[in-house]
Amino acid sequence: MSDKKLGKAGCFYDIYERSATANKDVTHYCPGCGHGVLHKLIAEAIDDFGIREKTILISPVGCSVFAYYYFRVGNIQCAHGRAPAVATGIKRVYPQSIVISYQGDGDLAAIGGNNILQAANRGENITVFFVNNAIYGMTGGQMAPTTLIGQKTTTTPRGRSQINEGYPMKIAELFSALEAPVYIERVALTDPKNTNKVRRAVRKALKTQMENKGFSLVEVLSACPSGWKMSSVQAKEWIDEAMVKHFPLGVFKDRTEEVQPSEAKRHVFNADDLHKKLDIPQNIQASREIRRTASSNIGQNARIIIAGFGGQGILLLGVGLAQAGMQAGYQVSWIPSYGPEMRGGTANCHVNLSDKRIGSPIVSKPDVLIVMNLPSLDKFEDCVQAGGLIVYDTSLIKKSPRRMDVSALGIPATEIADELGNARVANMVMLGALIAETSIIDKEVVFDALPDFIKRKNLISLNKQAIEKGIEFADSLVSVA
Amino acid sequence: MPRQLIKGNEAVVKGAILAGCRFFFGYPITPASEIAEAAAYYMPLAGGTFLQAESEIASINMVYGAASGGVRAMTASSSPGISLKQEGISYCAGSELPLVVIDIMRGGPGLGNIAPEQSDYNQMVKGGGHGNYKLLVLAPNSAQEMCDLTMLAFELADMYQNPAVVLADGFVGQMMEPVKFPQPVKKLEDKPWAIHADKDDEFRLISSIQLEPEILEQHNRHLQAKYARAEQQEVRFEEYQAEDAELILVGYGVVSRILYSAVDNLRAEGLQVGLHRPISLWPFPKRRIAQLAETVDAFLAVELSNGQMVDDVRLAVNGARPVHFYNRMGGMVPSPEEISDHVKKILKA
Repeated sequence: MSDKKLGKAGCFYDIYERSATANKDVTHYCPGCGHGVLHKLIAEAIDDFGIREKTILISPVGCSVFAYYYFRVGNIQCAHGRAPAVATGIKRVYPQSIVISYQGDGDLAAIGGNNILQAANRGENITVFFVNNAIYGMTGGQMAPTTLIGQKTTTTPRGRSQINEGYPMKIAELFSALEAPVYIERVALTDPKNTNKVRRAVRKALKTQMENKGFSLVEVLSACPSGWKMSSVQAKEWIDEAMVKHFPLGVFKDRTEEVQPSEAKRHVFNADDLHKKLDIPQNIQASREIRRTASSNIGQNARIIIAGFGGQGILLLGVGLAQAGMQAGYQVSWIPSYGPEMRGGTANCHVNLSDKRIGSPIVSKPDVLIVMNLPSLDKFEDCVQAGGLIVYDTSLIKKSPRRMDVSALGIPATEIADELGNARVANMVMLGALIAETSIIDKEVVFDALPDFIKRKNLISLNKQAIEKGIEFADSLVSVA
Repeated sequence: MPRQLIKGNEAVVKGAILAGCRFFFGYPITPASEIAEAAAYYMPLAGGTFLQAESEIASINMVYGAASGGVRAMTASSSPGISLKQEGISYCAGSELPLVVIDIMRGGPGLGNIAPEQSDYNQMVKGGGHGNYKLLVLAPNSAQEMCDLTMLAFELADMYQNPAVVLADGFVGQMMEPVKFPQPVKKLEDKPWAIHADKDDEFRLISSIQLEPEILEQHNRHLQAKYARAEQQEVRFEEYQAEDAELILVGYGVVSRILYSAVDNLRAEGLQVGLHRPISLWPFPKRRIAQLAETVDAFLAVELSNGQMVDDVRLAVNGARPVHFYNRMGGMVPSPEEISDHVKKILKA
């Protein structure tokens, strides 16, 4: 038992300077209210455990929004219901601290219901003191999720009805069904015997956090004489007689003996080797100054649309082209059609390779159109620039482009890829054909770039073969002509 | 330093970590999810924390908690998610917490779609939550700027003890471009006002509540003074071919990229058209636009929204010159040719 002197706990400020009331010696709580007693029990426990300097108190909206008037600790006041999220944020920054979320019933069980549920379910190593007084005290006595059936409040003037408002919410029982919480108990601030149980529960909950064992919640049935329109004595009797019937007291969950303490490692800021940790390239990439040859029929800026079915590697073909283009010294951009379109259906992306700053990354009139299915040819053929180029997969597109004012290169990319043993590299066959036809990027630069866009190392050689085959095919057409 | 071909959304995360951010709290939403995914991957590698929150509301409040601890912390989302975060953002501004929010805007209202829009201009630039506050809002138009402006956002947030926002559209987030990553911030300034979980905490308080009207008014005046300082010092913009322009195009984000191309096309036809691109949407470059209004004949504001930024252009021009407006919505994006045609119509009229 504590051998402390009687009087104010050291964890309280000597004078409540922040209080908006005239008298800075007393709390703003009404006579008979449970908050003051609970504050005292918490403050004394903090003193006795010697944890004041590392304690952080979160006060959301409710009568206890002003808990920071009193507690001589790090104080964070926050939005209605959000204390468990705020507590999570600060606890992740200071795992060695003691974080207390002090919440009322409207705050915890109504507006902040999901926040407390999820914090409990994550097993945040925090302590929650949940003051259940069956009413919204701060705003003047409206119904809370814990208001009893038949209880009159300003928003249930004829008494709470289960038909209209449902049943009072049993938080301790509800949260005990979760796996993560370590300690959950419901206590009542009534007679000295019960108050002593509150004291023990407060200490056990804080101890659980100090030992890094995880989430604890103490539900405290507490009087609100003003809200209930009762005397202090009547209010305590009403807790014992009415509230306890619906909210039975006791320990609902206690895993404190069985859980292994977690490691509360202090966060240390470290900026060493960050580029390496972030996969930012360390070395100057091979930038071969090989540009388009005289035979290239594409202007200074190649604006390219690549389109086909989802799953054909359309986006990857574009990324490969942009990656190799960058390594060849071009300004580049790549932009996908994104979202559900990517997951099935058709996919397309826009690539720019340019000698100067790229304006619009979106290609509306491509110089080059690469298409791997018929719908894509139909969709984009008309927008190709006069004098531009269409590269299409004749394995899947059984007709030739209509346009007479553009060049067209048909290549059975899917069949060639099949012969290589994997139809999925048809995209690289297309890439090979494109670079052979346009000389836009030297093939050695593309090969250098392969490891940057083909993440699986064992597939690099297959992709390289596919590019070679594409080049061979395009070159064979030129020699025939 | 070599360049890395990378999505704008991933560049945000690498930039944030290089800026010293080690705490990310987020919630998945297209087209911003790559930010959470990259943060989930890289934050732990950098000794930081990533946590997927139960909601957008929880994530901004987790950032509120982390920022209360004096560390650099962030969250990211897209338009509908940002609407949900507005309550928390107001609290952050009220409590004077520095933190960074990334918004990769998509189509609205309601669920809208996942295609790019710029319709969060009002809710970010004008303040989407309750109360008298402003956010420092930066609008990148490339993957490089997704990194650079994220880093700058952390600096500004700390400097003004206020939330800073990177406001990008779906295209800038999804686009891949080469990025040169700068060297990391090696040491962060201590924040003496923050909760440190140590003995000096006993009089520290993070709070946005103030019951007494006189004091809350003082607090508001203090905030306004801070914003006035930012308006003096943090205006950022870029101009292209603006010196001798008769008509100035105004646009930000991906629109400004389209406008570069439109300016080139129009200049090639001999038309004296230039571009003014606000980089800081708040503070908005209103003095510069007023200055331009002295020499140019007209403005054309182009947006992927229903006329939100154009209001700020009109306020800056203050009736001195006509301010024309062209927009697309719902994920439709104008082509440079479409803009050029519209400009020619204006010039002929």
